[in-house]
Amino acid sequence: MVGALLPRLVGLTAVARRSASVTERNIATLRSSYWVVLISGFLEPLLYLLSIGVGVGALIGELPLPDGSTVPYAAFVAPAMLAASAMSGALAETTFNFFAKMKFMKLYDGVLATPVRPFEIALGELGWAMARGVLYSAAFLGVMVAMELTTPTRALAAFPAAVLIGFAFGALGMAASTYMRSWQDFDLVGFVQFTLFLFSGTFVPAEAYPAVLRWLVEVTPLYRAVDLTRGITTGSGDWSLLLDVLYLLGVLVLGLVVAGRRMGRLLYR
Amino acid sequence: MTTAQPLIQARGLVKRFGDFTAVDGIDVEVRPGEAFGFLGPNGAGKSSTMRMIGCVSPPTAGELRILGMDPRRDGPAIRARLGVCPQLDNLDPELTVRENLTTYARYFGIPRRVAAQRAAELLDFVQLTERAGSKVEPLSGGMKRRLTIARALVNSPDLVLLDEPTTGLDPQARHLVWERLFRLKRQGVTLVLTTHYMDEAEQLCDRLVVMDGGRIVAEGSPRELIDRYSTREVVELRFVVDSQQDVAGKLDGIGERVEVLPDRILLYVADGDAAMAQVHGRALAPASVLVRRSGLEDVFLHLTGRTLVD
Repeated sequence: MVGALLPRLVGLTAVARRSASVTERNIATLRSSYWVVLISGFLEPLLYLLSIGVGVGALIGELPLPDGSTVPYAAFVAPAMLAASAMSGALAETTFNFFAKMKFMKLYDGVLATPVRPFEIALGELGWAMARGVLYSAAFLGVMVAMELTTPTRALAAFPAAVLIGFAFGALGMAASTYMRSWQDFDLVGFVQFTLFLFSGTFVPAEAYPAVLRWLVEVTPLYRAVDLTRGITTGSGDWSLLLDVLYLLGVLVLGLVVAGRRMGRLLYR
Repeated sequence: MTTAQPLIQARGLVKRFGDFTAVDGIDVEVRPGEAFGFLGPNGAGKSSTMRMIGCVSPPTAGELRILGMDPRRDGPAIRARLGVCPQLDNLDPELTVRENLTTYARYFGIPRRVAAQRAAELLDFVQLTERAGSKVEPLSGGMKRRLTIARALVNSPDLVLLDEPTTGLDPQARHLVWERLFRLKRQGVTLVLTTHYMDEAEQLCDRLVVMDGGRIVAEGSPRELIDRYSTREVVELRFVVDSQQDVAGKLDGIGERVEVLPDRILLYVADGDAAMAQVHGRALAPASVLVRRSGLEDVFLHLTGRTLVD
């Protein structure tokens, strides 16, 4: 039993080790200028929260949640901004940057000449993308607690959810990037991302949409992500949170597998 | 040496890209400690072969064993023991010279401390210690090439693959690279390189294969190939433009073979001076004459009817 299991475990640690070496490469590239990128990524959801959540929220007042309770509009919007920033942080790293590394810097051509495999590159890059997403999420949750939009306990519970959201979107973005032919294609990514951002129950409850549209919205990944974070930070969640988690895990695995396969096909010519 | 297990063993190796056959059934054997060359013009299938050996390109057909292992199954284990210097430098532009080496070492699972030490040694070896903290971009072509070679050595490989190691470098930079490769060879590192430079192949390779159109057209040591496919000396004659074809007919019978190129006529002869006497005896007055020893260029010309570098 152990004899059969041991080689697999050794194999797994090798995968982890090689993936980590790809993440490490990105840490080595960190320069002082990178903080500008980090700060802008943190400020964006915060500005939305302040302008729409607090600003527009003053006109709206309280909003009912699916479980019947009501919350101030800012508390309704804040978890959606949390999910959206986890998404955009992960996508920024796994679309533009990943594509540039693969197609222009020819970075992975060099990496593939080593024992590191395409799937491990995907995993390592995703780990890196997440390091960034995790920072955004933690900072934003801190702001939410400070503004009394959620409790510290709920914020702690929402943190791993935000991490999962980042992982899922990162994997998705990476898989999508392997299909990109040029920079023009990224306009499409931006468009899809913004559409999701506007209509995933972020600013308006999905219940407000007509039935068909609502059904469409509810199968999109950002809606599931918002449903998850909102359920946690407002304390209004029910069994559907489990569905959200499973959905996001599914997206994560699918994205990684597709990305690894496509990279193999693109790079092992 | 010949009894040792070959590091590379290929039989009937084929690589196709769609309808295009890049490598068309080649047999190759590389033994430990030797410097082996693939010589041929652009498009001969050299790089495709190198990529297959480097386990980053699956063979379409045929048998291939590297270090006694199967690239299809044991890719990571094989690559762990290879050093690869690709045709185009793919150094990491976001890292410094030193970081390019230490980061690369980490891909092989080399501990950080060892990686740092190894990087320092290799920077010294390729004479880049002074540029260790610089980014890659401002380096000259020759420096980038040396760094790429150093990177290929970071895991102390058993087998180093060099795809056109000096293409695009100026003569001084080329000689520096050759000198470093020669040192490696002396240390017993097995080198496999591709080149379309005859002098490079003659200087570095113990044994080589000549490739053309995806096939191997000849195999041997540089000396053997020259002896087998060429004469001892070559006379290069240049005539006034457009008169070459007329003149060529009048050279029949001098030496073993006459080769007419767009810009000059080559006479393959045993004795260049004697041949020149015959040329003058036929009242021909070339604009310039060069008598030289036969080289691999002549072997290639004889085998394929074409020059190597156009």
